[in-house]
Amino acid sequence: MNIRKTLKGLYALWFREFRVFTREKSRIISSVCLPLFWYFIFGNGVGSAMPSGAGNYQHFIFPGFLAMTIIFTGLFAGAYIVWDKKVDFLKEVLITPLSRTTVFFGKAMGSMTDALIQSYFLLFIGILLGIPFTPASIFLSMLMLFVFANGLISLGLIIGSFMESPEGYGLISSFVIYPLFLLSGALYPLDNLPGWMKFLTRLDPATYAVDGLRAVILGTSALSFTSNLLIVLGFDVLMAAVGTWAFKRMKL
Amino acid sequence: MESIKTRELKKIYGEIKAVDGIDLSVNEGEIFGLLGPNGAGKTTTLMMLSTLLKPTSGTALVNGFDVVNSPDRVRESIGMVFQDPSSDTLLSGYENLKLHALMYNLPLKEINKKIEKVLELVDLQKRKHDIVKKYSGGMRRRLEIARGLLHEPKIFFLDEPTLGLDPQTRQHIWEYIRALAAKIKMTIIVTTHYMEEAEKLCNRIAIIDHGRIVALDSPKNLVRATGGDIVSLKGCKLNLSELEKLAFVKGIKTVDGKFLIAVENAGKNLQEILRIAGEVEFVEVHSPDLNDVFLYYTGREMREEGDEVGFMTDVTRAT
Repeated sequence: MNIRKTLKGLYALWFREFRVFTREKSRIISSVCLPLFWYFIFGNGVGSAMPSGAGNYQHFIFPGFLAMTIIFTGLFAGAYIVWDKKVDFLKEVLITPLSRTTVFFGKAMGSMTDALIQSYFLLFIGILLGIPFTPASIFLSMLMLFVFANGLISLGLIIGSFMESPEGYGLISSFVIYPLFLLSGALYPLDNLPGWMKFLTRLDPATYAVDGLRAVILGTSALSFTSNLLIVLGFDVLMAAVGTWAFKRMKL
Repeated sequence: MESIKTRELKKIYGEIKAVDGIDLSVNEGEIFGLLGPNGAGKTTTLMMLSTLLKPTSGTALVNGFDVVNSPDRVRESIGMVFQDPSSDTLLSGYENLKLHALMYNLPLKEINKKIEKVLELVDLQKRKHDIVKKYSGGMRRRLEIARGLLHEPKIFFLDEPTLGLDPQTRQHIWEYIRALAAKIKMTIIVTTHYMEEAEKLCNRIAIIDHGRIVALDSPKNLVRATGGDIVSLKGCKLNLSELEKLAFVKGIKTVDGKFLIAVENAGKNLQEILRIAGEVEFVEVHSPDLNDVFLYYTGREMREEGDEVGFMTDVTRAT
C-alpha cells in the first residue's frame, strides 16, 4: 500500500518535469546546442594550434563534452526547483502526504530524464561525427552518464533547496558549474598540472566521469573505467544522502 | 468533534512575532473566518496548520492530529487553496488535477470520475485541456479550488481566495464556496480582509491583529458587541469625559483624529450627545458592520490590499 503510494507520487513528480521539459523548447535547444558550439568552435580553434591537429583534439575533448551536458543540464535541472518555489508549485507538492524523500527522488527522476535525453542525443551525434564508438563503449558511456547525472542532479537539488530566488542562478554558473567543468580535465590532460591544481581536479567528481568516459571511448585514461564508475557512484550516494536531508529541512 | 484546536500557537522570527499565541477551536462543519489586515498573521497561522511551517511554540491539532508529530496525517486530512496561484502554467487544467490525484494516492480507476466531478463544481469542464497559462485569474483560482477538493479533505483551507480578482469574479468565487459548503460536509477555514464577504459567509469570525486574536464570535454578535450604533465626532475641544459618563455610551475610541462613540439607539440619543460634546466640526451616525468591529477592537482601519505592498516594493526598487 505504502509502496504504491510512493510509486504514484514518483510517477506524478516525474510526469510533471517531463511535460514541462517537452513544452519548454528553448531549454532543450540551448542545452543541446551549447556543447556543440564548444565542440566545433573551441575544438577546432584550440585543436588547430596543437601539434597533433584539430581532429585528434576534438576526439580528445568529446568525452568531456558529454560530461559537460550533464554538468550544465543536470545541475540546472536540479536547481530549477527554485523556480518551483517562486511560482509556488512547490507548496502544492509539499502539502501533499508524500514524504520529503519521495519528493526528492521524484524531482531527481524528472531532471534525470531531461539530462539523459540530451546527453544521449549528443552521444548519437558523436557516432555520426566519427568518434570511434563500439556497441560496448556506447553502453558503458551511457551507464557512466546515467550514474554521473544522478549525482549532479542531486547536487543541483541541494543547491536549489537552499536558494531563495532564481536570481542566484548566476552564482551557480560561476562557482559550481564552471569550476566543475574546467577542473574536470574535459579540455586538457591532467598529467602535467601544477600540484595545487592537480589536487583540485581530484576533488572534482566530473574528473572521474570524464576519465571513465575516455577510458571506454578512447582507451586512454588515468584510472580504469570500473574505478572511475565506483568513485562516481560513491559521489551519488553521498549526494542522495545530503539531498534527502536538505529536502527535509527545506522551508518555503 | 473539533476540527482544529490550537493552544498558545506562536511563530516568532527573530524580533517579529508573526503569530503571538493563538487559541482557536473550530467545530466540524463550520465555516470559520480569519479576518485581519496584511501582516496580521493569518497566512502564517494557516501555514502552521497545514504543516508547511513549524510553530515556534504551542500546539495545534488538525482533524485530531498534531501538526508537529504527525504532519503526514494532517496533510491527508486537509485541502488548501493558497493565496498565490500554485498550479503549473505549462500543464493543462486536467493534468494539474491528475498530478494532484496521484500525489494523494487516489485509486487509479476513480481518478477520472473524481476529476470530472470537481471540474463540474467549478464549471471548468470545457477548458480542462487548455494549458493553465491561457486561463484568466478567476479560472485559475477555480481550478485550484477544484484541486483542493479532489481528494475530499475533511478540512478545507482557503487563504484569501478572492485576492486580486475583480469584484464580479470575487462574487462568483464566493458563490462557489457557499454552494460547496452546502453540498459537501466539511470544515472550511477562510482568511480574508474583505469584511462584507466574511460577514455573509462565515459562521464565526476571529479578528486577528499583530498575531493575536482580538475578537472571536459570530458576525452578528461581533457587530452587536460594538454597542449598537457608531457616532463619529470630530472637534478640538470635545467634552469626552462627560460623554463617557452617559449610560447609553458604551465606549469611546480615537481613530485618525476622529472619536468613535459606541452608542445605544443613536437616533434618540444623538441630541444629548451633541449637547454635551460641545463644539463639533463633523458628525456621522451609522450602524456598524465588521469594518467598524475591526476598528473598534484594533483602533485602526484595515488597509486595502495593494497600497502598502505597492508602496513597499517601490521603495525597495528605488533604493
